[in-house]
Amino acid sequence: MGRGQRGSVIEQLIVIALLALLVATAFTVVRLRSLFATAMLTGIYSFLGASWMLLLDAPDVAFTEAAVGAGISTVLILATLSLTTREERPTPFRPLPLLVVLATGAALLYATLDMPHYGDPGAPAHLHVAPEYIADAVPTAGGEVVHVGIENVVTTVLASYRGYDTLGETTVILTAGIGVLLLLRRRNGRTGTRG
Amino acid sequence: MNTILGLFNYWIVIILMMTGFYIVMSRRNLIKKVIGLSIFQTSVFLLYITMGKRAGGTAPILDHERFEHYTNPLPSVLILTAIVVGVATTSVALALIVRIHEAYGTVEEDEVRGMDGAE
Amino acid sequence: MRHQSILRIVSKLLIPYILLFALYVQFHGDYGPGGGFQAGVIFAAAFILYGLVFGLEPARRAAPPALIERTAALGVLLYTGVGVVAMLRGGAFLEYGALEHDAVHGQHHGILLVEAGVGITVASVMILIFFAFAGRGQRR
Repeated sequence: MGRGQRGSVIEQLIVIALLALLVATAFTVVRLRSLFATAMLTGIYSFLGASWMLLLDAPDVAFTEAAVGAGISTVLILATLSLTTREERPTPFRPLPLLVVLATGAALLYATLDMPHYGDPGAPAHLHVAPEYIADAVPTAGGEVVHVGIENVVTTVLASYRGYDTLGETTVILTAGIGVLLLLRRRNGRTGTRG
Repeated sequence: MNTILGLFNYWIVIILMMTGFYIVMSRRNLIKKVIGLSIFQTSVFLLYITMGKRAGGTAPILDHERFEHYTNPLPSVLILTAIVVGVATTSVALALIVRIHEAYGTVEEDEVRGMDGAE
Repeated sequence: MRHQSILRIVSKLLIPYILLFALYVQFHGDYGPGGGFQAGVIFAAAFILYGLVFGLEPARRAAPPALIERTAALGVLLYTGVGVVAMLRGGAFLEYGALEHDAVHGQHHGILLVEAGVGITVASVMILIFFAFAGRGQRR
């Protein structure tokens, strides 16, 4: 019925509601001074984004965004708040950031006029490497065709066809963990060079 | 009208990106800046995922008996790792903020700069 | 006190299932949405929930930081090790087809090991980051 066909009216309404909530959450984060409330709203923002990603046929990414954005990230921001301050000092309004943001936004909006329409099957993104990945037959430089044969194309691409990138990114995660340990670990009461 | 329907996803995402950008530029509290950066980052992820969607397609999990067209898996792959790397780098930024607070007693950017300049 | 006991009882019920779900997501990444990154984050979330509800010391006993630091590096080592073994068996770096006699089975086993490495590293790093932040507020 609705699955696989062009989005039904209900789906369009849900998408519009999600987008409106996303924009409302982002605008509220700008104005709020209580950092605790902004941490919660950031978690809600990530969760709404994950819901929209699910409607955009990306369940793996929605999964990760919900777990990371609404879970881990919120916990880390709250931990930072417990170690530092809870309130933001009021900032006087200066027009320059707003002008820069409006100019950049206008330039980007002008650039979107060149982009392919939402869901267009003929968009360049769908034409080059993606059909090879979906058909699970990627030609290599040696002439032979690599075939993996598992159902989840995202895992295939992540672990096999683009496995080298994933190795680099796992190393980045390890390095970030080492960085946090260097900055924040206490050993037996001594905290490091500067008090 | 067709243009608006086809492009309004990108416009909403650009509005979200600019909101995050504005928070980074205009607020002086370091934690607020990091939160604005996180909002910017999530909006960029949404932009990529929006570009990968194919009308009439389904999630990229192969089931050739029932579905013919699939959404592009490549943006999903890129953003999947970007999300986890993003939280790792955000945690490094927050760890730096904690150390700044311990050293200066404040996380407001102008006060930190003032204390540094007075030395 | 009443709220504390609700949290403690519900967490005690949920945490084993969260860990089990993380393992499910890890190993079913081939057949449905899932994989190493999601599973690592969910696994770490179970430990973080335990640390939040029951305190940092019990969480440190459940996941000793000395062990977790080693498993964080172990995941990346596993990933690189799969690549090196593929090279030793005559293929290129990370060419899973060279791991077994049958190229498709080599791909399956290679993906399994590589995703396990990713999951181990991501879970360990998230747990370590949480311990670092939570431990900073303690006065020794």
